[in-house]
Amino acid sequence: MASTIKREQTLDKLFCGITFSAAFLVLAIIVSIFISLFRESLTAIDAFGFFGFISSTAWDPVREVFGAATTLYGTLVTTLLALAMAVPVSLGIAIFITELCPKFLKPIFGTAIELLAAIPSIIYGMWGLFTFAPLMGEYVEPLLQSIFEPIPLIGQLFVGVPLGIDILTTSIVLSIMITPFIASIVRDTFALTPIQLKESAYGIGATRWEVIKDVIIPYSKAGIFGSIIIAMGRALGETMAVAFVLGNKHAIATSLFDASATITVTLANEFTEADTDLYLSSLFYLALILLGMNFLLLAIAKTVLARKRKI
Amino acid sequence: MTEIAKRKIVNTLALSLACAAAALGLFWLLFILADVLRHGIAYITPGLFLNEAAPPGMAGGGLKHAFIGQLLITFFAVLIGIPLGILGGTYLAEYGRHRRIGRFISTLSDIMISVPSIVIGTFVYAVFVKPIGQFSGFAGSLALAIIMIPVVLRTTEEMISLVPWEIREAAFALGAPYYKVILQVVYRGAATGIFTGILLAIARIAGETAPLLFTSFNNMFLTTNMNEPMPSLTVTIYQYAMGPYDDWHEMAWAASFVITMFILGLTILGRLIIRWKYKH
Repeated sequence: MASTIKREQTLDKLFCGITFSAAFLVLAIIVSIFISLFRESLTAIDAFGFFGFISSTAWDPVREVFGAATTLYGTLVTTLLALAMAVPVSLGIAIFITELCPKFLKPIFGTAIELLAAIPSIIYGMWGLFTFAPLMGEYVEPLLQSIFEPIPLIGQLFVGVPLGIDILTTSIVLSIMITPFIASIVRDTFALTPIQLKESAYGIGATRWEVIKDVIIPYSKAGIFGSIIIAMGRALGETMAVAFVLGNKHAIATSLFDASATITVTLANEFTEADTDLYLSSLFYLALILLGMNFLLLAIAKTVLARKRKI
Repeated sequence: MTEIAKRKIVNTLALSLACAAAALGLFWLLFILADVLRHGIAYITPGLFLNEAAPPGMAGGGLKHAFIGQLLITFFAVLIGIPLGILGGTYLAEYGRHRRIGRFISTLSDIMISVPSIVIGTFVYAVFVKPIGQFSGFAGSLALAIIMIPVVLRTTEEMISLVPWEIREAAFALGAPYYKVILQVVYRGAATGIFTGILLAIARIAGETAPLLFTSFNNMFLTTNMNEPMPSLTVTIYQYAMGPYDDWHEMAWAASFVITMFILGLTILGRLIIRWKYKH
């Protein structure tokens, strides 16, 4: 009897140990990703430093001078434009699902929006390259150009030959890809608004929109903020869709119709072609910077969302 | 105009905009799906699955090599990723549920789910491909497994947490040790949920391209040797779509169609199971 108990206790400790090791592996993987990327970047860090690297617009594999400014610029511009387009649409979708959608349609519509998130990015790329970009280049962009180019200042954003493979197309494709992430998190936080708050607003005669604007949205501020940050992380790290429609050009683009390059696209296109140590190391350095930005953003989002949950 | 009329107009306007946003979301989904369907379905032929690649520019090639490569890479990724994910999730939901390290790893997994997959690819290149000196199917599986682990881990944790604590106590009262309670009671209660999590995780990695670019790389020939560069559907789509030949584009569309249907099928199946199981 005693020996059985003892054996069971040992087995239990063993099982606990096995499961703990599996969980601990996540921590170990993350730490080793940071360490190994840092180690591989050392050659580039020694050569260019940190501020020197991120402020240099050079990207010349032949002369072996590398800087992150153009790719960082491309990454940030496409991400911010995508957010600017995705946030209003996502809020609209979340409002529609929680407040307006007839009950029997809710699960169907919710699933439809989640399917948008399930479509792999390579499919967005195929569609973007063969269908969407030609449409943009042939119809939408010339139209935009004819409207906006004559306007001073704003016109600068619309100069150039609209080919469809450019910042504008990329941002739109990215915005479609991140919309479901924002919409589904915001929908969940909208649904958490206490019914009493909403009812009391209706009770004093507020319209539906006023309830949404003055009760539900303020109550869900943290959720909205967190979801935007998470979506931003997604857009920063998106690779394949961007690789198809951005054109991979290392230059600071000032027009929406210019091709550009992001960190991810540069990695995808040049990693296997990097023939010198410094070239490869610079690419690892880019990956490290991307990882750092992404990690920081997600940590902020998690903190904000977690604090909200505690209240 | 009275104040009330103005508020009513603003109300109608704002709500219409919300409906328009919803319509826009649905429009993109249908646009993309219809496009993949329209282009892809025409090029689905038996030859696509039965023939290997023809020399560039020649007709009559297929994607058999890519299908088999994709299956092998995914299979080994699942073999590594799923057990580790389930065991880790078990720790977080059971032994470690009140411990700080458990909460910490749970948050960390959430962050890791959002790490760009191409970064995982560079990591596997640095620690696996470079030391060995060659691209390989195993490296691709490893990259996909790393992407899978946090996904499976978090769903397992959530699904196990849904099993009522009283059920465990009933088993404890019979004198069962904790590990037996987990293996024979908790897992049984959470099985459907964990299974759904696995389906969704497979759907997630089936469409991954970026992490395979410099791990499993690509190969125009059929191979079942996991130590060699191995073709995958997704990398092949990328290569063919960027290539100059029309029949390459057609095969890229056909492969896109197959992948999209597979992933959407898995996703919808997963949702249906969740709804059927957890509707009460």
